[in-house]
Amino acid sequence: MQLFTDVLLVFLVICAIAASLSKNLLNSILIFMSYSLVMSIIWVLLESPDLAITEAAVGAGVTSILFFVTLKKIHAMVKTDEKKGEEGHEQKSSGSGV
Amino acid sequence: MSRKVPDQEYEKTLSFHLKQWLDGTKDFYVERVEMKPQEEFHEEESVKIDRNKERRQRMARIYDIANNWELTGFRRFYKIFCVFFCLFLVFMLLSAVSYMPSYGHPENPVNNEVSERYIESGIQETGAINIVTGMILDYRAFDTLGESHVLFIATCTVLILLRKDKKKDENGNDIEENDRIYEPKNDLILQTAARILVPPIIIFGIYVILCGHLGPGGGFSGGAIIGAGLILYLNAFGFKKTERFFSEKTYKRLSVGALGCYCLAKSYSFYTGANHIESVIPLGTPGNIISSGLILILNICVGIVVAGTMYTFYVMFRKGGY
Repeated sequence: MQLFTDVLLVFLVICAIAASLSKNLLNSILIFMSYSLVMSIIWVLLESPDLAITEAAVGAGVTSILFFVTLKKIHAMVKTDEKKGEEGHEQKSSGSGV
Repeated sequence: MSRKVPDQEYEKTLSFHLKQWLDGTKDFYVERVEMKPQEEFHEEESVKIDRNKERRQRMARIYDIANNWELTGFRRFYKIFCVFFCLFLVFMLLSAVSYMPSYGHPENPVNNEVSERYIESGIQETGAINIVTGMILDYRAFDTLGESHVLFIATCTVLILLRKDKKKDENGNDIEENDRIYEPKNDLILQTAARILVPPIIIFGIYVILCGHLGPGGGFSGGAIIGAGLILYLNAFGFKKTERFFSEKTYKRLSVGALGCYCLAKSYSFYTGANHIESVIPLGTPGNIISSGLILILNICVGIVVAGTMYTFYVMFRKGGY
């Protein structure tokens, strides 16, 4: 069990560094989500299931969704210009993952 | 209309004003605060040319990177300084951690008479098996009240920042409608998944709220789960379906009602506690769902506020208004 905790902690540190160094904003949000998920497992191992539920619901769920929506609002999630020339509205809606 | 009082008299009553305030139909600034539209900015042509010239010269001086020794000096200083600052911060934090008492030692300052009291007589005094809930909603309920208000104020701030006015385009349609184009409509995978997943998510959230005093959980986590379920439903089926049961009015009434209920319940227990009066509310048998006095009610209030807040955040980010 100690080994499992250590692996999770190392993963947590790697996630934290990777989220700040990632060039792609979408990737860093996904890394942040996995950080929250690992954190909630660690909370369970630390015997505080209350915090684990909250971390999983807020950290991995709602916060990441809000980040996704923000990225979509500032049009940072448009992948390619495939639909260039077609209607402007449709082009903006491409590449949405939410 | 089964109103006995004529309209003119009804408009003077307090209930009418309260209803206006709740519905947001009355603007209190109109005809009370002096409002003047901003005057248009006028400037003579020669002054404008002068200003632009000066500005261009200044910009050229600043952005002349090769000769601007201030900029290069600052850049070098910044690079060195931020490395030193990070090292300093790491050193400070690590040295602070090294002075902390060892984890789980029985003679740590955390294990004083306060936590002893919580553990020994917590079930007896609060009636909650989950000592954490007993702590945050009974002994320290004042903090939790503040937290709920912080959430409410945060929603108000998001509402102020992200709110859009309802504007009409040339054809007279609401521009707001256009945002609905961006929704993924009739996505079969998402809709099927939502149809299967949303009811269990919401029921699990309700379970977490209602059993907050029996096991892990409580108002905040359960409310967040319900909010996440609502957001999933909204994504799958669009705004039109959710607005049938959750509009701006519903949110306002729910959160104001829940916060008011929390304040009333808590001020009752503060009043009785400060004056050494026996509380009328029975604690019940620890372990039953209906037990532990006010904690269940407070949990439900916090859950309602948090669920509404999560959902409203999402709607505000997505559309800027209901």
